[in-house]
Amino acid sequence: MTESQVKSICMDESDVERTLTRIAHQILEVNHGANNLALVGIVTRGDVLAHELQDKIEAIEGVKVPLGSLDISFYRDDYTTYAPEVHATNIPFSINDKTIILVDDVLYTGRTIRAALDALMDLGRPARVQLAVLIDRGHRELPIHPDYVGKNVPTAENENVRLFLKATDGFTRVEILNIPKGGRPSSAPLSSSAQKASGAATTNNSARTPQSQNSTTDNQPNHQREGSTN
Amino acid sequence: MAFNHYNLIDITELSRDDIMTVIHTAEAMKEVNQREIKQLPTLRGRTAVNLFTEHSTRTRSSFTLAEQRLSCSVLAVSGSSSSMTKGESLTDTIQTLNSYNIDLVVMRNSYAGSSVKVAQHTKAHVISAGEGKHVHPTQALLDLYTMWRKLGRLEGLHVGFVGDVSHSRVCGSLIPALKIMGADVTVIGPQTLLPDDPSVLGIDHVSEHLEEVLPDLDVIYTLRIQLERLETAPFPSLREYNMLYGITEERERLMRPDAVIMHPGPLNRGVEIDSYIADHPKRSLVLDQVFSGLCVRMAVIYLLMGGNDNGVVA
Repeated sequence: MTESQVKSICMDESDVERTLTRIAHQILEVNHGANNLALVGIVTRGDVLAHELQDKIEAIEGVKVPLGSLDISFYRDDYTTYAPEVHATNIPFSINDKTIILVDDVLYTGRTIRAALDALMDLGRPARVQLAVLIDRGHRELPIHPDYVGKNVPTAENENVRLFLKATDGFTRVEILNIPKGGRPSSAPLSSSAQKASGAATTNNSARTPQSQNSTTDNQPNHQREGSTN
Repeated sequence: MAFNHYNLIDITELSRDDIMTVIHTAEAMKEVNQREIKQLPTLRGRTAVNLFTEHSTRTRSSFTLAEQRLSCSVLAVSGSSSSMTKGESLTDTIQTLNSYNIDLVVMRNSYAGSSVKVAQHTKAHVISAGEGKHVHPTQALLDLYTMWRKLGRLEGLHVGFVGDVSHSRVCGSLIPALKIMGADVTVIGPQTLLPDDPSVLGIDHVSEHLEEVLPDLDVIYTLRIQLERLETAPFPSLREYNMLYGITEERERLMRPDAVIMHPGPLNRGVEIDSYIADHPKRSLVLDQVFSGLCVRMAVIYLLMGGNDNGVVA
């Protein structure tokens, strides 16, 4: 497969940092503090963003809000096309009657969020759910609207937006890439070493250019995972 | 880690990566099975047929629950109540069921090769739930998952099978699976219950003396003495078997501090395993195995049925 070409870098590490700080403030402003809040990140990068938001909210408000990660594989609408790699959901608190801030990296068609809402409702009955995304790239296919947006990035459908994070990739950056012919938009795959480090900073370049690699066994599931449902 | 299989009949078709994918997926299913709402919408609108022409309680109920928790419709066809008792062939039975546009067949049959035959006559995915003398792939996977959960690894584990190895479906699939994962396998029992050629399954060591091997084992897998086979008199009496090969309180003291006991069920208490061990809170994984069975079967069904329908066509 031909390699995806990086067209531009639309956010660097300090941009992402400042944006997350701003979103943390907005969440606290809208909800009048951190009372009854909980963060739920969608794997495999929304959970990392949710973790960073938790730290920022704690720095501002002095409260550590509950944090969970949500795998939406079982709720996707394209299971017959792809069986995505499954990660365990880990929400170690009751979501009943809480205000849940659902966190994802890139909002695209809205199908991931639709699946995430179904997955959440099977876990309980939150008081309300708000959606926070780092990037909104447009092209919605469902009536889904985010409550907190880091950056609106107008894109073409043959482009892909990828977030890399220090915790999983060794560096933080948002890239816009051309999708090679026959390719599908997908989030950056997690390199297996970065997955193992889970949180530790690693400088593994393999996450940057997945299409050029031969080790399809490592890259395939993540490559398939996002698919058309960002 | 892509899982490119259409059917699950022979465990040796799976690679080490495939088995780890099943284990990781089962881990996600475990979380689902501990929720208040223990059901996923994933297989909504799909139909599974459980075609059991041989007795089974735990495997069948485990599969049925796994299918239901994935929102699959379930049709149970059992040998004793189906037209197969009127002489209908397996091929005709499956072709009849094909007319309902079924998506999954889970089958248990006493004849080796029957799952392969059914797979040739249906577009549905086929999972063997035990057949012939040596095939029981989901049992092997649930046992691997149970060991992995408890001991944190599979590679390098020393697993000892005690008892009726030669008649055991569990061994027929689990021993090759353990070899795929890099474990060390010893079989222990009277000569009459051990295979003539241990190398066929990949067995590393053979012993007739349990006490000598016990201190080296991470996992002691006791096999059920199949009372229905005792007519062939493989050993003099149940009492003698218990004295020589039963897992008793005294023998428990010879085990490593972190060694565990497994048993596929149903238990013959006082024969191959004493109640003290079967109910031992730290050692016994017997009930963990039952729970693992549900999680692993959900995982296998999820992994086989996802993706493009590009498999075998009748």
